[in-house]
This record gives sequence, C-alpha cells and structure tokens, in this order.
Amino acid sequence: MTLDDLSFEAAYTELEGIVMQLDTGDLPLEDSVTLFERGKKLSEYCQRLLDQAELRITQISDL
Amino acid sequence: MLEPRSVGEITAIIKNRLESDTRLQDVWITGEISNFKQASSGHLYFSLKDSQAEIKCAMWRSSVVRMTSIPRNGDAVTAHGYVGVYEQQGAYQFYADMIRPVGVGDLYRQFEELKYKLELEGLFALERKRPLPAFPRKLGVVTSADAAAFQDVQNVLRRRYPLLEVILAPTLVQGLDAPVQIVKALGRLNTRQDIDVILVCRGGGSIEDLWAFNDERVARAIAGSRIPVISGVGHETDFTIADFVADLRAPTPSAAAELLTPDMADLRQSLDRMAGRLDEGVRYTFESRRRAVADKQWALKQVSPVMRMRAYRQQLSNLDRAMINGQRGRIELARERLHGLGIALLAASPQAILERGYAMISANGRRIMSMRDLQTGMTITVELKDGTRSATVEGEPNDA
Repeated sequence: MTLDDLSFEAAYTELEGIVMQLDTGDLPLEDSVTLFERGKKLSEYCQRLLDQAELRITQISDL
Repeated sequence: MLEPRSVGEITAIIKNRLESDTRLQDVWITGEISNFKQASSGHLYFSLKDSQAEIKCAMWRSSVVRMTSIPRNGDAVTAHGYVGVYEQQGAYQFYADMIRPVGVGDLYRQFEELKYKLELEGLFALERKRPLPAFPRKLGVVTSADAAAFQDVQNVLRRRYPLLEVILAPTLVQGLDAPVQIVKALGRLNTRQDIDVILVCRGGGSIEDLWAFNDERVARAIAGSRIPVISGVGHETDFTIADFVADLRAPTPSAAAELLTPDMADLRQSLDRMAGRLDEGVRYTFESRRRAVADKQWALKQVSPVMRMRAYRQQLSNLDRAMINGQRGRIELARERLHGLGIALLAASPQAILERGYAMISANGRRIMSMRDLQTGMTITVELKDGTRSATVEGEPNDA
C-alpha cells in the first residue's frame, strides 16, 4: 500500500508492528532490511502528517 | 338558513366555552418566557412556550407589584392563572396572576427521578459503554456554534491533534427548545458513516442553564447513538443525566477534547523512539547473524579432517610421551637397585673385611679356620689388606 493512502492511525499502527517484529531479531536478513526501510518511511510519513495537519471544521446546517 | 350571527356573539360563545372549562381555570402552566414586554401601564405581556406550542400571556399591574422579581426572556417558569379570551383581538390568552421560576428543588427531584428510572433500565450500565477510538478521524460536535465552550474545544484539538476533522452540528444548549435540537443534532450526525465519535458539550452555568442535558429525550438520544458519545457539560462538579448515559463523561468541554485525542507531542516522541528502535533492531539482526556465522565457522573447524588429524596426532604424542616416561622410570629403578646390590656385594667381599683390619691365614692353599689346623713349625701364609707374607707357627695354642 502506498503511503499517501494511509491514515495516520494505519501508518502509526503498522510502524508499531514493524518495530515489534524487528525487535525480536530473528527475521531473514532481506525481510528485516525491507521492514526497516518501510518503517523508516512510515515514521517520516507520520511526522510529516503531524507537521502539515491543520484542524478542519465543517458545519451541518440543515437541522 | 339561520339568521347570521355577529362576530361578537360568536366570540362570546367561545369566551364562555373556554372560561367555563375548569381545566383552563385556576391552572399552573410551565414554560419558557419569550416576547417579554412590560408596558408603561405596568402590565406584562409575554408568551410561554415549550417545544410544542406557545401561548400568549398577560399579567396585570396589580399582580406584577406583588412579585419579588420580574422574569426575563428565556426563563423557565411556572405561572398561575386562567385562560380567557381577549375579544377585541379574537385571541385567547393566559391571564397570569403569579409567576415562579421553576423551582431548583423541583429540578433536583426531576433529576433524581429520571436518573433512577434510566438506571433501572440499565442505560448507565458499564457494559454499555463503548471504547472511544484511539485515533479519531472525524469528530461530531453537538453544541452551540458561538459558545466559548466550542472555542475551548477547538483550541485543545488544534494543540493536541490537528489531524482531526470537526463536524459541528449546531444546536441551542439551553432553554426549552434545546433538548429537541440536541436530539436532532445527534440524529443528523448518526446518519453519517464517516464520524467515529461525538462530543456533546456545553460550558458552565446554573442548574437551569444545564437543564437540557437532564432531559429524558436527550438522554435517550445519547443512549441510542450508533456512534460513541463523550459528554463534557458544565464544570467539574456538574453531573447531568447526559453524562451518565454517555460512553465517557468528561468534567468539562476542554477535558473532553483532551480525553478524545492523543497528544501530538507524545506522538512525535514515540515516533522518534520507534525510529531509533528500527535502527537498533536492524543492527541487532545483522549483529546476531554475524555472531551466528562466527559460531558456525568455529564449530565447522572443530569437525574438519585437519582438526581431527591434529587431535589424533596430539593424542599419539601424548601416548608416546607416557610410554617413554614409563620406560625411563623402569630403567632408573633397575639401575638404582643394581647400585644397591653392588654396595652390598662389596661389603660382603673378603677384601672389604681385610680393609677393616682383619687378617686371613691359609696354608697349602687352604684357608685356616681353626687352631686344630695349626701345628708348630708349620709354614702359613698371612694375608692383610695390602699383601701376603709367609710365617711360621710357634708356641702353644692358648685355650680360648
């Protein structure tokens, strides 16, 4: 899944999962490199989302 | 065709009809004051309304002067009087002779009664409470658009979690119309599929101000909401029925906004921490792989033919050394014993005896061992340590 489609929550949760997987340390090397790169991207993506976030306010009018 | 009647006649019939109905005389009406006007004559003109209807009211100066305070628009009151007809305008109206604010005592009683009733129904049960999303995306807010409370909420959200989208369903938050509007606002938000949590809030105020949130209709609408609801009504110390039925009660609107959202500062920190753990994790993976390879290399060397031969060779040489050592020991021992024997042998030899100063006597090649072998005049050979000499036997043997 490309990053731009991910919500903050999805990216953050996926990142948590990757960190947990990498922590155990018994992955095949290629996998751990792939995960590492994905994790780095996710973490930067999350930071970027927070940087750019601006509270949006809309209103339901026709009550 | 009957004779037509005059307006006055018909109006009189209506007036008589209304004013003879005991249900409309000497009654108490509860409602909210609106269109309030005090005429220069001192009479009061206003309306009493609730969510369903409105009734015009008048109060004569003679009654007004007996009141301790003059009501204002928006006040919830109970008024006493009768329904009559004002013929000149063809209007029925309520002639009040006494107006009382809805008693705080009454409100508490109503509050307790409703609380008891809904509690019995299980509307406050803990197992009904739904968890709020950890990362809400769209927040529905039911409150008044221009209330300070909504500003407070926005400020907190902007600081903590600006990823959020707020959808305001504006409503009155006090007065008799407020409950119906709040129920409608909740309903509107519930028709949308994209909202994952609803905040129902209002700033602080008197018990009357907060009363809409003790309304049974509002309570039921919150309980029936498909989307989880958090309430933040009034101050810390205010508890409303809405609080009890909500999935989560926050002490104030701002506190609700905090409870609803993760804090961006915490998130940034934990993102940094996770990035660090990524580095560490991948480093550890490589490190542990490297160590594992080194271990295997060592193990492999241990079982290689070269190593085995080296081990055998070592064993052989050990055995060799053991053998040689054993052999050498035995020879040494023999040599020592031999030496000992030599010494003993030497000690026992005739020469050794001569060395110690003894003499040996022989005659004609035979050793003389006794006096009986000796005769006077006999030639004998005497041997000492350093040589032999002939001698002749003389004298008589002494008796020993």
